[in-house]
Amino acid sequence: MSTTTPIEPDFAVSAGLVQPRLPRWGSALVAVMALALAGLLTMVLGLSLVAGFVVAALLFVVGLPLWSRMVEGSRAAADRFATCLVWASFAAVVVPLVWLVWLVLKNGFGVLSVEFLTYSMRGIVGEGGGIYHALMGTLLVTLAATLISVPIGLFTAIYLVEYGRGGRLARTTTFLVDVMTGIPSIVAGLFALALFVMIFGPAIRIGFGGSVALSLLMIPTVVRSAEEMLRLVPSDLREASYALGVPKWRTIIKVVLPTAFGGIVTGIVLAISRVIGETAPLLVVAGATDSVNMNLFSGRMMTLPVYIYTQYSSPGVPAFGETGPPPGYARAWGAALVLIAIVMVLNLAARILQKTFAPKTERRR
Amino acid sequence: MAKSIDVSDLDIYYGDFKAVEGVNMSIRARAVTAFIGPSGCGKSTFLRALNRMHEVIPGARVEGKVIVSGQSLYDPTVDPVAVRRQIGMVFQRPNPFPTMSIYENVLAGMRLNSKKLSKSDADGIVEKSLRGANLWNEVKDRLGKPGMGLSGGQQQRLCIARAIAVSPEVLLMDEPCSALDPISTSAIEDLIHELKSEYTIVIVTHNMQQAARVSDETGFFNLKAAGQPGHLVEFNPTHKMFTNPDEPATEAYISGRFG
Ligand SMILES: Nc1ncnc2c1ncn2[C@@H]1O[C@H](COP(=O)(O)OP(=O)(O)OP(=O)(O)O)[C@@H](O)[C@H]1O
Ligand SMILES: [Mg+2]
Repeated sequence: MSTTTPIEPDFAVSAGLVQPRLPRWGSALVAVMALALAGLLTMVLGLSLVAGFVVAALLFVVGLPLWSRMVEGSRAAADRFATCLVWASFAAVVVPLVWLVWLVLKNGFGVLSVEFLTYSMRGIVGEGGGIYHALMGTLLVTLAATLISVPIGLFTAIYLVEYGRGGRLARTTTFLVDVMTGIPSIVAGLFALALFVMIFGPAIRIGFGGSVALSLLMIPTVVRSAEEMLRLVPSDLREASYALGVPKWRTIIKVVLPTAFGGIVTGIVLAISRVIGETAPLLVVAGATDSVNMNLFSGRMMTLPVYIYTQYSSPGVPAFGETGPPPGYARAWGAALVLIAIVMVLNLAARILQKTFAPKTERRR
Repeated sequence: MAKSIDVSDLDIYYGDFKAVEGVNMSIRARAVTAFIGPSGCGKSTFLRALNRMHEVIPGARVEGKVIVSGQSLYDPTVDPVAVRRQIGMVFQRPNPFPTMSIYENVLAGMRLNSKKLSKSDADGIVEKSLRGANLWNEVKDRLGKPGMGLSGGQQQRLCIARAIAVSPEVLLMDEPCSALDPISTSAIEDLIHELKSEYTIVIVTHNMQQAARVSDETGFFNLKAAGQPGHLVEFNPTHKMFTNPDEPATEAYISGRFG
């Protein structure tokens, strides 16, 4: 008997502390067997490759817990089953994402060039041209929408959390914000159009109208996420500040908002990512154009989603004597790639902001 | 400079729940007053009513009078923010600001109120306050590190330093030593002795010896029964409380013969 073992083996077994386990390579074995069986089935039944993988995954998810149940008992089997489900869900989300990014890269990367990024579509019917006008339009319209939504959304959230105290106005506001979340984007666009037609007369198309439409879609997201984040700030911190004789407004600005900063920024970036790809409302109020327009307040303005839509719906014709797909398709893919890149850059920027301003709580709890 | 506090017929509510009932006492200036009593009898609640922190909780309210140096605290014209600048507080649970470093936490009272301070004044206040809270030696080399990175007891001492940095006239301390080791506890008790010459100090404690050691006067709070409001059983000079209390209940509680 070993003297270094604190619990004697007999005791450990009798007290149920030691239980049979599957061998370390158990799950790998099940995976290989599931793949082999699925491969056989695929060949015999003539299934497609994707169907084969699905069958293999199903076999694995059923097989491993069954074996585990026979050897290890029901609790370990349930654990293995849950682990399988988590991984399967992960794959179900990540596979389409990777696929999409790969598709966009494959089709869009080829057209990317300095010309593509710095030229508009003015006077282009066939090859050539670029997205400069749409890129600028998207940046301007989204920036204006953010400038409108963030103050409104943030102040609403501050009211709801710090001042509303569950009163009637606060409850009504929460209800209206929930209703706003459900507004279809085209309705937001039509609303903005109606608003600007009422002010400026019919047939008005301006970029700022698009910003208003987008901000209608952004505000509820910003309110909701900022509200959650502000509620997460412990009331202990507010009390600590009050007890130092700090007025409520300063407490909110200097204690509550900085503590919730990271979460609020993430919420804002998510809201931007959600609206930056909106097509319908922008098509309705901002219109479409082939030339650069840097003025939000006059004239039609192109945006990337609308650009993608117009390039795909009227792709032009290949140059005389050439064959192949119409040139608009490639431009649409390229624009989609740029749009995805913008969202990625935004998310990265948000990460960096969070890192620099987040509460300095790196510590074991 | 130090202020006395007179409380008469004070009832304290959380919504419809009456937590504390009918308290009458007068807290002397330049003295230490201790509150003892079983858990849940309303010591913290009463303490928070003394600097208008109670009303921060939704639905919480107070009936009765609290008079600080002749001024009624709950007068409609009194600004609670001004009250809290003069009556500081250390909470039962440590609550340093997570976005701030140790240095900034000590200066929070000034910084949050955007008070201008020269660098040398700020350094002086930080060192003096941290020394007072017996934390200086442990943190003097990492003042720029986050306040949340300290141990629980260090965080509590940081909160004490933060409260004394603004030099309030009254200092309310809610179980300031419950998370501290004997060395820090005795340092805090020394600090209390020191502050007593200038400030009015009110301390809640579960430690009878501590109450006996540091306080000049002691109030014993108790509950009649669970769900009933807490009330002040006896308020007397500390030596009398611990040698010859007026109430049998006090005697029973202090000597440990108590349910
Ligand atoms: N925020 C609150 N809302 C409602 N009731 C509360 C709240 N805080 C405290 N109470 C109630 O008020 C009563 C007194 O609580 P208090 O915190 O003052 O007790 P205490 O004497 O400080 O106890 P302890 O020694 O455990 O700290 C208790 O019955 C408690 O449940
Ligand atoms: Mg308490």
